[in-house]
Amino acid sequence: MKFSSSRRSALKFSLASGLALTLGMAATGIDPAAADVLDDVTKAGVIKVGIFEDFPPFASLGADMKIQGYDVDMADMLAKALGVKAELVGITGQNRIPFLTEGKVDLLLSIGFSDERAKVVDFTAPYAPYYIAVMGPQDIDVKGPADLKGKTIAVNRGTLEDTELTKAAPEGADIQRYSDYAGVISAFESGQAQLMVVGNDVGATILAQNPSIKPEEKFLLLTSPSDMAVKKGETSLRDKLNGILAGMKQDGTLNTLAVKWLKQPLPKDF
Amino acid sequence: MGYQLDFGALSGYLGLFLHGLGVTLVLTGISALLGIVLSIGGAATARSGPIWARTLVLAYVELIRNTPFIVQMFFIFFGLPSLGLRLSAIEAASLAMTINLTAYAIEILRAGIEAVPPSQREAGAALGIRPATVFIWVVLPQALANVYPALVSQIVMTMLESAVVSQIAVTDLTHVADLIQSRTYRAFETYFVITLVYLALAVGLRRLFALAGRRLFAGRRH
Repeated sequence: MKFSSSRRSALKFSLASGLALTLGMAATGIDPAAADVLDDVTKAGVIKVGIFEDFPPFASLGADMKIQGYDVDMADMLAKALGVKAELVGITGQNRIPFLTEGKVDLLLSIGFSDERAKVVDFTAPYAPYYIAVMGPQDIDVKGPADLKGKTIAVNRGTLEDTELTKAAPEGADIQRYSDYAGVISAFESGQAQLMVVGNDVGATILAQNPSIKPEEKFLLLTSPSDMAVKKGETSLRDKLNGILAGMKQDGTLNTLAVKWLKQPLPKDF
Repeated sequence: MGYQLDFGALSGYLGLFLHGLGVTLVLTGISALLGIVLSIGGAATARSGPIWARTLVLAYVELIRNTPFIVQMFFIFFGLPSLGLRLSAIEAASLAMTINLTAYAIEILRAGIEAVPPSQREAGAALGIRPATVFIWVVLPQALANVYPALVSQIVMTMLESAVVSQIAVTDLTHVADLIQSRTYRAFETYFVITLVYLALAVGLRRLFALAGRRLFAGRRH
């Protein structure tokens, strides 16, 4: 197919300019050290924080249809300390790491440490406790797995709590497995189960509803605190965040946050 | 892309399966036995008892027949403790199943009793036999023979409905299936096997009752 002469020159021009542009970009290069996320954030005045949208009490829709929770307050405090505004971005378990590596968010909250994840993101120190606890009324004396013998314990079938409890419980512990948290809570409140095993997030939701039998944490089965994560290599942002976090632990703001949302003070060795 | 069937994953759980099967059979047995006995009393009361007793029985039947079984069970297990009556999961399940079966069986038996010709009662009276004796030895056998298939159906239905007790942590067949599925993540294989087991149970029960019926009611049914 023969192009007209004007078309041919137009093609040649665009090809040449494209080539020049690419070579020019390669020559100056996008210097990794210069395009620092911390710098970008400070320049833009906004930090994009990725949080779950339905993970009470860390983040959930309040009665006024606004997202509220531990993570929301945390994002605001971090932003203030950095001197910028926080922009909350909803993420899911599936898309959060790609969002971070692609720059759609600058920071992830409520992410647990794992070696696999550590290959693609950098973790900060933990900022929120997450643990699985055996809970019971005040008048029951249970200090460790051995005391579970002869007691009835309600747990949500198929969850991490179920597997941990089954591993730790001695012979003679009567484990009742319900198909959802509603069953577990009903069993506990009606006295059908003396104890229940739930994560501290579910525990906080229960306590927030002011039940007739107040569950008290007896002992922990597993602890896996929530960390924050930044893109791999963003050491200046990570170090800045760690600094802010240490300050919050020091002056007690982190503990206040924990009591407000998790209804429990921070664990002693947090 | 495709789901790789792996029934071998379930092999380690045979003991658990058998335990679940046992619990389902025991629950069905208890509720069937108690249910039939109680429903005979209930049907007799509903037909020829004093007015207050009749109203009570009929009200009970209407209540149970017009509410879901799972709701009745949750009420007994989760609701009664706040009134002071705390039953264990197995006790609550047996009670709920018995109450449920009795209500339906009372209705079925009433129809059966009604279908026995009044001449039978009159003949008994003419022979000087006490009404209670006439009922137990003359009317009841004929009534049972009349509605035997319906009763058997109701018992099998109760056995299948017993799957619902898995919701109050009774380790019956369905609860065991859910447990195995949540450990092995093999939903298709697990529920396929459980379906087959329930099918075998139901068909087996019907066969058993049919054989028993032929011997119990030989010569009575036309």
